[in-house]
Order: sequence, then C-alpha cells, then structure tokens
Amino acid sequence: MDGIHDLGGRQGFGRVPYEPDQEPWHETWEPRAMAVTLAATRVAGTNVDQMRYAIERIPPAEYLTAGYYGRWIRAARTLLEESEVLEGGELPAAQPTGALRAVDRPPRFSTGEMVRVRDLHTAGHTRLPGYCRGRVGRVVLVHPGFVFPDTNSQRAGERPQHVYAVRFEAATLWGEGAESDAAVHVDLFEDYLEAA
Amino acid sequence: MTDVFGAGATEASAATGVTPGRPPTNAQRTEALESLLVERGYVTTAEIDRLVEHFLDDLGPMVGSRIVAQAWLDPAYKQRLLTDADAVLAELDVGSTQTEHLVVVENTPEVHNVVVCTLCSCYPWSVLGLPPAWYKDPAYRSRIVREPRAVLAEMGTEVDEGTEIRVWDSSAEVRYLVLPMPPDDVGELHDRTIDELAQLVGRDAMIGVAPAGTR
Repeated sequence: MDGIHDLGGRQGFGRVPYEPDQEPWHETWEPRAMAVTLAATRVAGTNVDQMRYAIERIPPAEYLTAGYYGRWIRAARTLLEESEVLEGGELPAAQPTGALRAVDRPPRFSTGEMVRVRDLHTAGHTRLPGYCRGRVGRVVLVHPGFVFPDTNSQRAGERPQHVYAVRFEAATLWGEGAESDAAVHVDLFEDYLEAA
Repeated sequence: MTDVFGAGATEASAATGVTPGRPPTNAQRTEALESLLVERGYVTTAEIDRLVEHFLDDLGPMVGSRIVAQAWLDPAYKQRLLTDADAVLAELDVGSTQTEHLVVVENTPEVHNVVVCTLCSCYPWSVLGLPPAWYKDPAYRSRIVREPRAVLAEMGTEVDEGTEIRVWDSSAEVRYLVLPMPPDDVGELHDRTIDELAQLVGRDAMIGVAPAGTR
C-alpha cells in the first residue's frame, strides 16, 4: 500500500536526530514492548509480513508519532484481535520460520542486466518502495530465494522467488537536482521486475 | 539486568490506568497487552522478563566489530566475508535472527556504503544488536536515499567529492553490513590485537554513517 511507512525520498522531515554511539533503548517500556509483541505474534500465529502489514495500517499521523516500539505494540494488539485466540479459539499452529526458501527454477535475471520496476500499486503489503516504481536499474546481486511478502502477508501462500539488488543511479530516481556520484540499491522480488 | 536507563526512568513502569479522554501511553499499551497475555495463560511474566534481559544483555555490535577487525588483519578472511558472509557467520555461534542472508559491502577511497531500511527499520540484529533511534527516524529513512552526501555531512561524515556513495535500502530479508576502512592513525595493523582493533569499530561505522576509530 502507498502508506506513510513508505518514506524513501519524502521531504520535509528535517535533520536526522543523530547522536554518535546512541544506546538502542531510551525508556523501560521499550524492550518490554518488543518482548510482549514477539510473544503476541507467537500466540496469534502470525508471520513477520503480517506484522509489518499491521504496522502499515496504523493511521498515518499516529504512525509518525507513536515511535518504533509504539508501532510494534499497536500492531501486536491488532494481530491478536484479528486472530481467533481472544474469542477462545484454538492456538494457531506456528508458521514456518525464516524467509529463506530454496527456489528450484533459475533466476529470471542475471547480474549486469537492466530491469524496470513494474508499475504495481498493491493495495495490501508490499516491499516495493514507491520511489523506484517504474524506474530502470541494473542488477548487481542475485540473492537467494525468499518468501514473497505480498502474498505471505495475506496468508495467501509463500510463493518463494529470487530477490535482486538493483542499482538505480541517483539521477534516475531524483532527476536533475540529484546528488552526483550516488546510487541507491534496492532489494526487489522477481515479481516486481520486468526486462528493460 | 544491566541498568541502562538510570534512576530517573521509572515513569513508564509506574504508569497504571489510563487518564479518561487521553489515549493510552505506549507504556500503558504494553502493560495492558502483557496483562492480557498473562491472564489468558499464554505467557508468563517471567518469560517476558527473560526476553527483556536477553535484549538488554546479549545483543550488541560485538560480533560485527570482531568480524571487521578480523577482516582488517586477514585478507583471505576479508575476501570470504565479501563473497560469502553467511559462511563466515555460520562459523560463529550467532543466531540468524533478522539476519538470514548477510551481504558485507566494503568502503574504499573510491566507494562509501551506507545502509537504510526506508519501509520499516530492518537491521542486522545478529551482528549489530538492535538499531539506534535515529536509524528508525523518518528523517533518516526518507532522506538518506535522496540526499546521502548532504545527510552524511550533517551527521559529521564528509564524503570526498568523487567518492561514490552507494546506499543500500534493505527492502527485503537481506541484511547489509558495511566494512569500514581502518582509521588513518591506526599505524601497523598487525601490531594490534584483534580485541584492540575491534574496539575501534563502532556500530555507526558498520551502518556507514561514521568512520571507524571514532567511538
């Protein structure tokens, strides 16, 4: 979905609140929220793609103000409510762990090949960042096979497929004002790509 | 458990009950969900405690720092790291949590690499621990792909004109680790132990937003 989470290239957020060697935790509830969320997703029997989709469905203004673990705990609640567990249903079976999968067909694209990102406007969860949609880039790495998030997030099958690191020149993405000597690599599932 | 919060950070744990008309705080939401799971018998407070201790005590950038130090000392190891990091990780006893397939990218005088996840905040937990807040901030996630040179300069890292910047958006389940260059003033690498060198490899250098040697 073209949600607020798809932040790449958006403008107006100002300076990065950077502190060197910053600790990962700031408040006591944060690691607790993480632990409770992981427990909740186990109880609800959901996979990581369902979890990410639950985060993406948080209303945009709330998404931006809730903070990272604040989003987690909201998504955990959503997943638990959407499962049958709270109504006294059976605990669902755990889903297969991890996302790496053997894919028996050869990769469709190879290193060095130019590819175009398909003009997909998926209503549900997708890992296709909007900023590279329709753009042409070069395959620089052929990764192993992985579960396809677009279907796995809907419990519509794993549909494992190869993933490619595709290199986009900065000017391809950001036009004439782009920084020189810069490129962005995006990891894209085979179904997102077509030959250019 | 490590006390990383200091004495003042008790507001969250003391929070009980929601103020009428106000949305619950994150601490209250966390407490409510934990209570629900415990009351229904799906999890115990002790299990949650153990997970929290694990996050606080076991996860960190130690593994990544040692990998980088070893790569500085041993060219054959470095080559293996750059071509098959999974095999290198498999030899170490680290879990694959959030790092099922790792790619290591090398900084050189010609190329500077930097890592982001624009869609959420994917991060190589097993080698770097959990991410700092700025990595998850909308400002970093939105801007580093669009104006990496400007953002790095703001963060204190001036990348030379003519040095190519390669941004890696970890938009799938592949995770990236930057192999930084040894600091200029480190002297002869082989005069140092791996532990001494690992001390020079800060987490931020392995994300690509700082040089090594600045921690």
